[in-house]
Amino acid sequence: MNFRDSPEEAAFRTRLRAWIAANNPGLPVSSTDDEYWARQAEWHTALYDAGFFGLSWPSRFGGHDLPAVFDVILDEELAAAGAPPRPSLGYLVQGIATHARDAVKDRFLPGLISGRERWCQGFSEPDAGSDLASLRTTATLDGDEYVISGHKIWTSYSDVADWCFLLARTDASVPKHKGLSAFAVPMQQPGIEQRPLRMINGITTEFGQVLFDGARVRAENMIGEPGEGWRVAMTIVSHEREPGEIGYVARYAKLVKDLEQAVRRNPAGFGSEALESVAWAYVQAEMLRLHVCRRLSERLDGLDHGPGGSIDKLLMTWVEQSVGSAALCVAGSRAVAEADDVGLKIYLYSRAQSVMGGTSQIQKNIIATRILGLPTA
Amino acid sequence: MDTRDTPEQAELRRTARQLARQRGPRAVADLEDEKRTRRLAEAVRDAGWLELRDDGGNGGPLASGVEAAIIAEALGEAVADVSFAGPILAADLARRAGSRPIDAAGVAFAADLIDIAVVSGPATAEPLYAVDCAGQAAGAAYVLVPEGAGYRLAQVAVGGASDGADLTRAIRRLAVGTPLRPVAGSSRLLTRADLDAWATLGLALTSADLVGVMRGVLDLTVAYARERRQYGVPIGSFQAMQHLLAEARCLMEGASSAVLHPAWAVDELAPDAARSAGRVAKAYSARAARAVCETAVQVHGGMGNTWDCIVHVYLRRALLSARWFGDDGEQLRQLQRARLGMAHELS
Repeated sequence: MNFRDSPEEAAFRTRLRAWIAANNPGLPVSSTDDEYWARQAEWHTALYDAGFFGLSWPSRFGGHDLPAVFDVILDEELAAAGAPPRPSLGYLVQGIATHARDAVKDRFLPGLISGRERWCQGFSEPDAGSDLASLRTTATLDGDEYVISGHKIWTSYSDVADWCFLLARTDASVPKHKGLSAFAVPMQQPGIEQRPLRMINGITTEFGQVLFDGARVRAENMIGEPGEGWRVAMTIVSHEREPGEIGYVARYAKLVKDLEQAVRRNPAGFGSEALESVAWAYVQAEMLRLHVCRRLSERLDGLDHGPGGSIDKLLMTWVEQSVGSAALCVAGSRAVAEADDVGLKIYLYSRAQSVMGGTSQIQKNIIATRILGLPTA
Repeated sequence: MDTRDTPEQAELRRTARQLARQRGPRAVADLEDEKRTRRLAEAVRDAGWLELRDDGGNGGPLASGVEAAIIAEALGEAVADVSFAGPILAADLARRAGSRPIDAAGVAFAADLIDIAVVSGPATAEPLYAVDCAGQAAGAAYVLVPEGAGYRLAQVAVGGASDGADLTRAIRRLAVGTPLRPVAGSSRLLTRADLDAWATLGLALTSADLVGVMRGVLDLTVAYARERRQYGVPIGSFQAMQHLLAEARCLMEGASSAVLHPAWAVDELAPDAARSAGRVAKAYSARAARAVCETAVQVHGGMGNTWDCIVHVYLRRALLSARWFGDDGEQLRQLQRARLGMAHELS
C-alpha cells in the first residue's frame, strides 16, 4: 500500500501542473452555467492535444497505455488548480472497446477520445427510465441500413453531437432484454429533431430530447452483435456509475475549495451549521478521492465490469448532495433572495445525481441482490 | 500510487481475520468464557502483534501503521475481546519518547477520551480513563507532564474493575490523586509533532476498528435477513430491508477507502497532514458505523434489542471506537479550525 507517486507519476504530475497553470480556461463550475457546456469541447481537445486525456486507454486509439491510477493524479491536479474536470466519456469508450468489432473500434474510438468527434448517449425514453429494457425506439433493417424511429430523452449534449450511441429494438419477437442492439448513429441528418430541456437550475445546454423519425444508420455501425444491446448497455452504465471513470472527483474538490474560500473571506459571517456542512462536504469529497484511488489501484489486477459500480455511484451521489447542501447552506438567504445565486444552482443540480445514470433506488436493488446476495421478492 | 495490499499485507489480513474469527466470541455468552479469552489474548501476543510499534532498531517502528490497521480491522470484525489498540498506542508513544514500553501498559486519557491526559502536578487532579489496557492484572498507563516546549512521559498505576459501554475492551477509571511515577529511560521530550503523529495512529486504528465492526455486523445481519421469514418469505426479499442493507454496505466501503490513507500516512506524511487524513477517516467512519450498527439492530427486529443477540456487542464497540480520539463532531470542528481559519471562534 503506497499513496506516494512513483518517479514516473511524479514526473507526469510536474508536467501536468505546469500545463494546467498555463492553460486553465477558468470556466465556471459545470453544474451552474451554460458557458461551461458550450466551451467544454475546447477544453477536451486542449487536454487531449497536450497528452493529458485518455491516459489509461490503448495508444492504438489515441490513448497512452498508462495505469488507471494516472487519472487520480489528473483529477487531483485539475481540482487543485480549480480547472474544469476531465470530460466524462470513459464509459462510452468502455462500451465500444468491450463489445465492438475491430473495424468499429478503429473507426470511432480515436475521434471519441480526442474530442474531434462529439458523442451523446441515446438510452432513456419518456416511458423507459429505470425500466430501460422496455424501450420502444426501433431500428428496422432496410438493405444495408437500419431506419430509426423513436423518442430519446436526457440526452446530454445531443445538440452538438456528431454521433449518438443509440440503443434501439431490432427484434420485437423475443423477450425485451434480447431484442435490443446498439448503434453509432450520425446526428447530422434529416429525420432527427432536437428539443432542448431546461433543468431545475435553469441550464439548457446540457440535456436534450431527440426525436428520430426515419433517420438512417449503416448496419456496419452496429456496436456488438444484433441482440447484444442490453449487454452493451450494462457495460456502459456500470462504468457510467464509477466516479473513477467520469472524473467527478475533481468537480467536487473544486466546489469544496470554492466554498472554503468563501468562508475564509468572512469567517464571522457563517453560523455553525454552515461551517459544519462545509467540513462534512470536505470529508465526503476526500473519501471519494480515496475511494477512486482504491478502485483504480484495483484495476492493476484487471478491469471489472461488475456491480461494484453501484456502490461507487451511491457514494458519489451522497458526496454530490453533501456538497450541494453545503453550497446552499453557505449561500444562506442569498440563495432564496437571488435566483441567479450560484449556491442555489449547485444545490438544485445536485438533486439530479440520485436519478441520472440509474436512480439510487435501482443501485440499492443491484447492491442488495447482486452484491449482498439477498433474495428477490 | 498503488493502494492494494502488498502480498505480505494480504497474507497478514487473511491470518488476522482467521485468528480473530476462530478465537473471538460467536455469541454473547462466549464473553464470559475465560478460557477462550485467555487463549485469544495468548494468540494475539504470540503472533507478535503487540510489538508492531516497538522500536525496530533505528528509532522507527517494527511495522507500519498499515499492518497495525489491518489487525485492528480484523479484531473489530470479530468483536474480539482482546487488547490491541491500547497496548500498541502505548508502545508507539514510549518509542517516540525514547524508552522501552512498560509491560502491559496503556494510555490514560482525559475525560473526553480525545487526548492523552496531561498532568501538571505530582498526582492526577481530575478523573482519567485508561482505555483498552492489557490483561486483568493491575498495570500502568502513560500520561504527559508539560516540560519546556514539550512533554515528558510519566506513568500512573492502573487497577480496579473494568467498566465501559464496550463489552469487548476495558476502560479503567483512575481516581483523582493517583500519584505520577517517572518512566525509566524516557530520554526525549515529546513535541507537538510527535503527538500529532501518535494521534494519527490512534485515529487510524479506531477508524479501522470501525470498518471491521461494520463489516462484521453487516455480514451477520445480511445472513439473518436471508433466513428470517415473515409473511412466508425471507425478510431480505423486501425492498425496504434491501435498501437499508445496501446503504450500510456503501457506508462500509466508503469508510474502508478512507481509512487506508491515515494508516499509511502515520509513517509517511508530515504529522499535521497525517493527522488531517486521520480526521477525515474518523469523521466518515464514526458516522458510518453508527448508522450501520443501528441498521443492524433494526433488521434484527425485537431480537436485536435483546441482550443475548450479539448485535449490540458491535454497536457498543462502535460507540467506544467512535468516541476514542474524538467522534465525527470533534473531527469536523478540528477540520474547520485547520481549513477554514476558525482558530479563535472555536475552543
